[in-house]
Amino acid sequence: MILLQLFGGFFKIGLFTLGGGYAMLALIKQEIVRYNWITPQEFVDIVGIAEVTPGPIAVNAATFVGFRSAGIKGALVATSAVVLPSLISVIIVSRAWQKYKNSQTIQSMFAGIRPVVVGLVGAAAFMVGTATFDVLDSFSHQLWTTVLAGVTFYGVAFKKWNPIRVIIGAALVGLLVFL
Amino acid sequence: MIQKLHGYWKLFIVFFRIGLFTFGGGFAMLPLIENEIVDVHGWAEREEILDIFALAQSVPGAIAVNTAVFIGLRLHGFWGGLAALFGVITPSIAIILIIAQLFSQFQSNLHLSRAFSGVKAAVVGLIAAAALRAGRGAIIDRFGLVVAAVAFVLSVSGVIPVVWVIILGGCGGILYYKRKGEIR
Repeated sequence: MILLQLFGGFFKIGLFTLGGGYAMLALIKQEIVRYNWITPQEFVDIVGIAEVTPGPIAVNAATFVGFRSAGIKGALVATSAVVLPSLISVIIVSRAWQKYKNSQTIQSMFAGIRPVVVGLVGAAAFMVGTATFDVLDSFSHQLWTTVLAGVTFYGVAFKKWNPIRVIIGAALVGLLVFL
Repeated sequence: MIQKLHGYWKLFIVFFRIGLFTFGGGFAMLPLIENEIVDVHGWAEREEILDIFALAQSVPGAIAVNTAVFIGLRLHGFWGGLAALFGVITPSIAIILIIAQLFSQFQSNLHLSRAFSGVKAAVVGLIAAAALRAGRGAIIDRFGLVVAAVAFVLSVSGVIPVVWVIILGGCGGILYYKRKGEIR
């Protein structure tokens, strides 16, 4: 029974997450409260964990909630349910895209959408930046945050540095310089 | 057959690596995808990745998952989509299952929190670099520059959902470029 609830709840979460990001947290919370899968304190924990672990927050939350409420089986059911809407909708849209992508209308449409994506990625950088740079942090913390962000930007934008190596390097520098 | 399986396996591995290092939301994934798919493997053009990234934000589901499925489908059909999907979510599942059992130790680990402060700072630079690199190919004229600026402001202010910003850009593109007849 709980497996069915997990499947239904997380399928719905996957289906109604549009544009990704933290917008879906409200929906996750609503479903969790409705079924009492985990406690409100555990929900706060999930948000904290999702921030420091790789991968989409929806997948992280599904695995965590599923595991806490019904073990490994629950984790697998909830995680499958949350990605199933992606699989279905992408298959449908991908077919249509392959079929029409050479038409003049679709070409013009994407010529307008590409700059939007640039603006959205720029906005993401700005918003993640203001969330990361905390004026209440110590001077050295602020300084190192700025240096790491700046060096990463320069290396990846102009020197084709491998982003994965940069992340590993930043983690090591962080271990040494942050208090 | 062997060749096909090898293709699925490569997709799985590449997206496993991308999934393992995508911190801070779907947008941080773009530079990793560009590096792996365009620069290292030459599986797609940079502009095509941007189109896929836009589509991935316009359909239900997490951006990272949608992007992986799109690229997998485009390269190796249905099973390719599935291989990329499993690749991108496997690191999350494995790490969360470990953390779910040792949460209290994890929460108070000072070393982890220091290392993570470094990663967070790098992610800011990474996303900014992705914006600049995407802009080089995607903004071809003054119209594109205006559209990018408007999208930036709309997104930061949060007045309308992201999907609508994308739809508006698409409509603007059809009205502007189709009339001009500049795009093939």
